[in-house]
Amino acid sequence: MSGSFPADSVGLVRPHIQVFEEPLHLDCGQVLDKYELIYETYGELNAERSNAILICHALSGDHHAAGFHNQADKKPGWWDSCIGPGKPIDTQVFFVVCLNNLGGCNGSTGPNKVNPDTGDLYGPTFPVVTVQDWVKSQVRLADMFGIDVWAAVVGGSLGGMQALRWSLDFPDRLKHALVIASTPRLTAQNIAFNEISRKAITSDPEFHDGRYFEHNTVPTKGLMLARMIGHITYLSDESMGEKFGRELKTDDFNFGYGVEFEVESYLNYQGKRFSQTFDANTYLLMTRALDYFDPAADVGGDLVKALARATCDYFVVSFSSDWRFSPARSEQLVEALVKAGKNVSYAEIEAPHGHDAFLIPTPRYLAIFSAYMKRIAQVLSL
Amino acid sequence: MSRQESIKMRGDLKLISPWIAEGTQVLDLGCGDGTLLAHLQVSKGVLGYGVEIDETQITRCIEKGVNVIEHDLDQRGLYQFADQQFDTVIMTQALQAVRRPDVMIDEMLRLGKQGVVTFPNFGHWRCRQYLSLRGKMPMSKTLPYTWFNTPNIHLCTFKDFEALCETKGIRIVNRMVVNEDFERHSFARMWPNLLAEFAVYRIERA
Repeated sequence: MSGSFPADSVGLVRPHIQVFEEPLHLDCGQVLDKYELIYETYGELNAERSNAILICHALSGDHHAAGFHNQADKKPGWWDSCIGPGKPIDTQVFFVVCLNNLGGCNGSTGPNKVNPDTGDLYGPTFPVVTVQDWVKSQVRLADMFGIDVWAAVVGGSLGGMQALRWSLDFPDRLKHALVIASTPRLTAQNIAFNEISRKAITSDPEFHDGRYFEHNTVPTKGLMLARMIGHITYLSDESMGEKFGRELKTDDFNFGYGVEFEVESYLNYQGKRFSQTFDANTYLLMTRALDYFDPAADVGGDLVKALARATCDYFVVSFSSDWRFSPARSEQLVEALVKAGKNVSYAEIEAPHGHDAFLIPTPRYLAIFSAYMKRIAQVLSL
Repeated sequence: MSRQESIKMRGDLKLISPWIAEGTQVLDLGCGDGTLLAHLQVSKGVLGYGVEIDETQITRCIEKGVNVIEHDLDQRGLYQFADQQFDTVIMTQALQAVRRPDVMIDEMLRLGKQGVVTFPNFGHWRCRQYLSLRGKMPMSKTLPYTWFNTPNIHLCTFKDFEALCETKGIRIVNRMVVNEDFERHSFARMWPNLLAEFAVYRIERA
């Protein structure tokens, strides 16, 4: 059956849905009485339940991290480069869990789902959730599997923030936190970019205060614009230059304002595709969760103090051309971890792809990621 | 690992280990493949961090379960570590390769209560003989590089190093001099600046 997939792929996978009936108290003060999480798993959970890895997704990610949903699937899950047999997160060794976060739009309870209390879609009434809320909801998923301690919680970008939060809020429940292309808090510039994205969405006439579904429409233009802006921050000047340069789509200048450059065409295509599959309210929610993330804020802005309660080992990775969450942001985290006396290793991978580099199989990235995961397996005798 | 490197490593382990107390915090600047820290973690239960710039060596450290931080300490300094955070700061066979050894020594003693440095002795009789007889910059098994392409940009003699320590008000707690196989030798102890190839110094603020 899976013969048509690459040998290092987890092959055919399918999502599962778990309903949680225990009320979840959120940071914003609201309570979700009941919610669903959609997730996928790869590999086998061992008898001791000691080989489990939690993968946390970034802004536009979901539960489909690896493998294919059907034979005709052209694209595998979003982190297929790093999850599979013989890959850094080796599914022959580890049991991997990846979920769609609360507030997402790919199957877990979120703005595009029906509110059981009203019978209508949540839409803009879905509460603003935080990274801390996500971690709380993920703990219940761990409980469901009977996983007391994750061998590692792993994430890139916003996913790395969840890994960091896990290590602070539930220190006894993970052995390692892998924080990749991430940051201990957003900078003003990061928040500014998020605000432009949000403004693009909310100022689209089709947005209707988030109740676009009631008008049988979608703020396509706003979502598209938000994605185009976001996309620029995920790439680097170098990678865009390499990919598109100043190549023209047209034969010559048209002396107009339509799409003429290749880069314009690419951004429009990416934006359009995204606007057809992603929910605008979820986009707002995810960017807000990013903005609010700041574990040091609870202790007067002192990150070293915030890290004091952590007991896991950390592996922090940054990418040289990432200007969204630059190496300096990772170094800030590493510096605080060393000052807090925590076990930490740090690598800055030379890569031209900008923030997106954490998804791209650069040889050195794969090698050092594999080495760290192998060490985890070795210490746990997996 | 070449024979030279493995001898150096065994030498470092043998000479430095006795100076590291149980359960202390150690920073190893230019930690290489992490052999020394891995050894100290197991034998002394230290909390150790290595700083390294070579990507292959960094991966080796991770394979050994040694904390390693990728950082160019010569170009970017050691600003990220706190004052007196470590019990011991180690730099083996790298002081002669940094741009400002004097600043590096100050930094080591800012971060740690004690510093341990090892370096080759340019005052060794073979170096002196090489220069005086051939009139050329010495090359040997321990100093295998040409003058124009060498990482060793600040070679010094034991006397030079000790003079620097004196001007900086740094106390030399111990000095161990050894030959090229990192063995201690009684002649070398009598006339170290002439007869010993390497020295291991333990230093602290006076």
